[in-house]
Amino acid sequence: MKHLLSTRDLSRVDAVRILDLAEDMADVATRAVPKLPTLRGKTVANLFFEDSTRTRLSFEAAAKRLSAEVITFSAKGSSVSKGESLKDTAQTIAAMGVDAVVLRHPASGAAATLAGSGWIDAAVVNAGDGTHEHPTQGLLDAYSIRKRLHGAGSRGRDLDGVRVTIVGDIVHSRVARSNVWLLSTLGAEVSLVAPATLLPGSIERWPVTAGHDLDAAIAARPDALMMLRVQAERMTSGFFPNEREYAREWGLSAERFARLGADTMVLHPGPMNRGLEISSAAADSARSVVLEQVTNGVSIRMAVLYLVLSGNDGTDA
Amino acid sequence: MAVRTVLQQADIQRALTRISHEILESNRGSDDLVLLGIPTRGVMLAERIAGIIGSLEQRDIPVGALDVTMYRDDLDRHPTRTPSPTRVPGAGIDGRTVVLVDDVLYSGRTIRAALDAIGDLGRPRAVRLAVLVDRGHRELPIRADFVGKNLPSAAAERVNVRLAEIDGDDSVAIEGAAVSDTAAAGDGGAA
Repeated sequence: MKHLLSTRDLSRVDAVRILDLAEDMADVATRAVPKLPTLRGKTVANLFFEDSTRTRLSFEAAAKRLSAEVITFSAKGSSVSKGESLKDTAQTIAAMGVDAVVLRHPASGAAATLAGSGWIDAAVVNAGDGTHEHPTQGLLDAYSIRKRLHGAGSRGRDLDGVRVTIVGDIVHSRVARSNVWLLSTLGAEVSLVAPATLLPGSIERWPVTAGHDLDAAIAARPDALMMLRVQAERMTSGFFPNEREYAREWGLSAERFARLGADTMVLHPGPMNRGLEISSAAADSARSVVLEQVTNGVSIRMAVLYLVLSGNDGTDA
Repeated sequence: MAVRTVLQQADIQRALTRISHEILESNRGSDDLVLLGIPTRGVMLAERIAGIIGSLEQRDIPVGALDVTMYRDDLDRHPTRTPSPTRVPGAGIDGRTVVLVDDVLYSGRTIRAALDAIGDLGRPRAVRLAVLVDRGHRELPIRADFVGKNLPSAAAERVNVRLAEIDGDDSVAIEGAAVSDTAAAGDGGAA
């Protein structure tokens, strides 16, 4: 695997392989020395043109656990504010000698542009590009669902027949897109629930069912309920009347959470807006997978960095 | 391409039985013994040896799998390798005698990687090495404590170990030259 740009590029076999590899990586954390020498001598550059805490730290922890060197760049306080382009920034970083670039960028397609441009030789891992994709988040969500369902027997399994409902701001959500492609590739049945204004126009072509009624979705007892963050920073006009109305119609309130099936797990990619899309009763319950998602994220990113940085050619994986 | 079978099923069985006795003799019994097989075929051999020692000693011998992929020094020279799971027996390896088990000992680089991997798992009292076949051509100062069969071979030859658990039958064969020269590059040349 040369780059990881989109979960759409992954076959079911590829995806299960990454999840299985992440299982091995997770085992490392339990050992006397929770570190592997695998990527010694490799350098990973985190290029973050957009704010992020958990994704940046997660990639950094993953790279360090594999013994890679990490350089971190964030746009704030950098030459980007002086007008430097993605090309110049990337080439500057590449000139310092990096083997992989982890890119978070506000423009959809930025990672694919960087990977296909010939500007740099390094492997590119998409850590979120605009409203397009966030493939490692999709992978860690699939991993977290599989782990909750199958525990120690997770290896080798897909998500055939698992019913996942994704709720909230679909149109702005790269997390939703990466999850939709990946979960359906893995065999899950994905349904979306959102206000009509927050469903994308192209929804008919997605491998999902879509609706507007969260109560009906809860009554259908899905295996997993994924609450998305309301992305205030991407909302330039009125997609819904106000926050209180959003919480009333599409928030996982304590009362809705109580109606949820006892086996339904609750996911949230974070950071959470407590009281808006998710209540504390749901977020802090035993059915919440939120903290496992963070832990699993490191394992997934170790697996991805291993796959893009080892091997002498791009033919395998 | 000439293929010569050097060990048949009965030969392999006898070699493993002898290795089992040698392990017991050198360890003065089966106390604190842990067998760790190196995937893929080393794991099966470790399980067979654990079975033989177990029936001799009338007790269960802890056996596990030690994947060394992430510790290899040749990851950049081959297509991406997919690791196998590492399974360490519940009681761990601290203070115990670990016997590493592999099918073919060749350059010694796999065992170097295995020693590093063991160091990250704990601190055994001693580490020993058992192999079904030692084909020579060491590139590191490593030797086996228990050897099923010494098999002098040319670097261009390939040693193929087949085990019933995954290959359907037991045999060790040596394939003549004129096979791909990649056999010389990797450790083992088989498995």
